[in-house]
Amino acid sequence: MKLNRFFYLIREGFRSITTHGFMSFASVTIIMACLIIMGSAALLTLNVDAAIKSLEDQNEVVAFVDESYTEEQARALEGEIAAIDNISSVQFVDRVTAMNNFMGSYSESLMEGIDETVFRHRYVVQLTDISLMAQTKAALEAVEGIMKVNAHLDYAKTFVTVRNVVSVIALVLIAILAFISVFIMTNTIKLATFNRREEIAIMKMVGATNGFIRLPFVIEGLVLGILGGGLAFLAELGLYRLVTGRVVGGITGAIFSVVPLSQVALPMFIAFVGTGVLVGVFGGVNAIRNYLKV
Amino acid sequence: MVEMKDVKVVYRSSDIVALDGVDMTINEGEFVFLVGPSGSGKTTIMKLITGELRADDGEVKVNDYDMRRIKRRKLPKMRRTLGVIFQDYRLIENMNVYDNVAFAMRVVGASNREIRRRVPYVLELVGLDGREKRLPKELSGGEQQRVAIARALANNPRMIVADEPTGNLDPVRSLELMLLFEKINELGTTILVVTHEKELVNAFAKRVVTIDNGRVISDGMDGYYSYEIE
Repeated sequence: MKLNRFFYLIREGFRSITTHGFMSFASVTIIMACLIIMGSAALLTLNVDAAIKSLEDQNEVVAFVDESYTEEQARALEGEIAAIDNISSVQFVDRVTAMNNFMGSYSESLMEGIDETVFRHRYVVQLTDISLMAQTKAALEAVEGIMKVNAHLDYAKTFVTVRNVVSVIALVLIAILAFISVFIMTNTIKLATFNRREEIAIMKMVGATNGFIRLPFVIEGLVLGILGGGLAFLAELGLYRLVTGRVVGGITGAIFSVVPLSQVALPMFIAFVGTGVLVGVFGGVNAIRNYLKV
Repeated sequence: MVEMKDVKVVYRSSDIVALDGVDMTINEGEFVFLVGPSGSGKTTIMKLITGELRADDGEVKVNDYDMRRIKRRKLPKMRRTLGVIFQDYRLIENMNVYDNVAFAMRVVGASNREIRRRVPYVLELVGLDGREKRLPKELSGGEQQRVAIARALANNPRMIVADEPTGNLDPVRSLELMLLFEKINELGTTILVVTHEKELVNAFAKRVVTIDNGRVISDGMDGYYSYEIE
């Protein structure tokens, strides 16, 4: 393709965005609206998942050391415990600290006469995956010097079930939303190109190749996709900032932690602009396919 | 040049036999009227020539292209040897007169210099010089059809194929248009005009091919449209 012809087609792509202004506006608006709906659902899911994960992390396992072990002997077990699979962190708590922690929760008069020898040295262990809690508990119990392991297996099971259910519902919801959105977006683009079937028919009749006809539509779809995706990203960013600001600032902030904006911004930008471009380009090319068969 | 030998076309969706053994040859430089009643097969012949349709049987050759075997990707090149004109002009509404004509040249990859040289020439040929900046809606029907003719001529085609080009025009404009076709023909371009208009055909001493029920029923050089439309 000659260079001047290539630039002419690029110019044509941009020109047709303005000459078919209303349809361009409709396409960008629909792409924006659909991406915001899809994006909001995805962000909500991400945050619910993160909230459940953070609650899971608070579900600790406590491994009590044999009461005959000295503090030095008890501390020596740390390496062996940390080496067990599925353990993300290990914290040694000596019997004095354990007693102080315990007494802090009750009135002093109730604890009168009790000394630290009643308490055992212990390890507070956090797990990487709580669905493997039973296996990890067994591994901890197998460590020589560990007398007892306290693990809330029933809680862990509930968390895992809730998380799985939430994940499946979210996945299905996002898939349905994505399907509807792509359907609406491609149909809007189809409608936009329907008005131009006559123009395409004329091009065909004067001897235009399919590539020549397609290229301006590709450019147009690309520009509209970037525009729709970019604007949707900015709108979603503002919306996320607003909603998370309310959550963190309000009483719910004490219960839920939100995924920080810096963590979601880049993936969200790539997903929005990428979807916009894909829908714009493939929607446009697909919409004119039938008119090219003449 | 068009060569059709024993051409048959059946529309599968309705089982209608559109063409039933058509034999017709149009030589280089000829001016031919193709006439016949509605549904006789005129449009089907047009579609075979422009490559919109393929014959079920027989032989169709247009400007040395075998239209029954032509590959889809070769169609644009074949179409560049033709200039097609329609009853409803089919101009691009948001392009001015100049751009509508230049557009046909851009499609085939003409340089800007070629376009600047050729477009004013064809616009002058069809009598539209000075109206380059007008949009189609600012022109009369006759003028719009002249733009369509200028567009058809832009790439210097070997043949002009016009489907009812005077269908939307009054008798005076129709006559002017036919005179323009005659002038273009004198410059060496083959002309095929599909029409209903008996008076107009009979006003010119040209070859007239009459078609009815998918068959050629007369082919005369006497320039007389003898078929009676019911």
